[in-house]
Amino acid sequence: MGFPDRIERVVEIARPPEAVWAAITTAEGLGAWFGDEATIDLRPGGAVRMSWNDGPTVEMRVERVEEPTVFGFTWPVFGLPEDDPRRTYVEFRLEPVGTGTRLTVEETGFAQLPEDAYGKAYDAHREGWGSELGELVDHVHGT
Amino acid sequence: MAPDAEAVAEQVFTALSDPTRRAILAALASGGPATATDLADRLPITRQAIAKHLGLLADVGLVTAEPGERRRVRFRLRSAPMQVAQQFLAALARDWDGPLSALKDHLDRGTADRPQ
Repeated sequence: MGFPDRIERVVEIARPPEAVWAAITTAEGLGAWFGDEATIDLRPGGAVRMSWNDGPTVEMRVERVEEPTVFGFTWPVFGLPEDDPRRTYVEFRLEPVGTGTRLTVEETGFAQLPEDAYGKAYDAHREGWGSELGELVDHVHGT
Repeated sequence: MAPDAEAVAEQVFTALSDPTRRAILAALASGGPATATDLADRLPITRQAIAKHLGLLADVGLVTAEPGERRRVRFRLRSAPMQVAQQFLAALARDWDGPLSALKDHLDRGTADRPQ
């Protein structure tokens, strides 16, 4: 419907899957085309950290590693607070085509809405800020 | 039952499409909870118009009413619906085309450098 949950792109690259795999799953590769600097612990549950010279640092979590066909990770939704539980899932799929590779990138999860997203959890979080500021005031006043 | 993301986003964008409501939401975001009278002092809008818009925003859950001082009702911004709308904007703002053409260039350069 109107709210896009999924983004997909397909690109043909004139290099074999092994070369594309290295570009998307190594710190050197990721730092060359995606971010300016990257670190990666390539195993499910492993951390990926990417940073841009003129921008943010993003933490991803590796979800799928099936060399050299599937690499998946989750990352935060841009613009949401850092502790927001919602993350989108990005999957790179590599298929050999002749001597090259067809690379598909699919990102899903933009339209997810956890049960509590609209209600209590957020309000509790907000109340939390109010009481934390109250605690700060008490602290400053030495009570 | 929780409303779906589409419905929430629509309410947020409908609210934001009106300049008076944008001004009210912006004032609550920047200055914190306020009464209709506080907002009327700060904005070039009549108290009546502010009260009407606050009622409308409360109906769709973008602000909540709470007891304030001297029995006045204070209104507070609810960030949850805004964060749902933010997801919609994040999908529109996500750029895969730029990075993918950079990836293609990166690998093509690799080919050119490599002896055949």
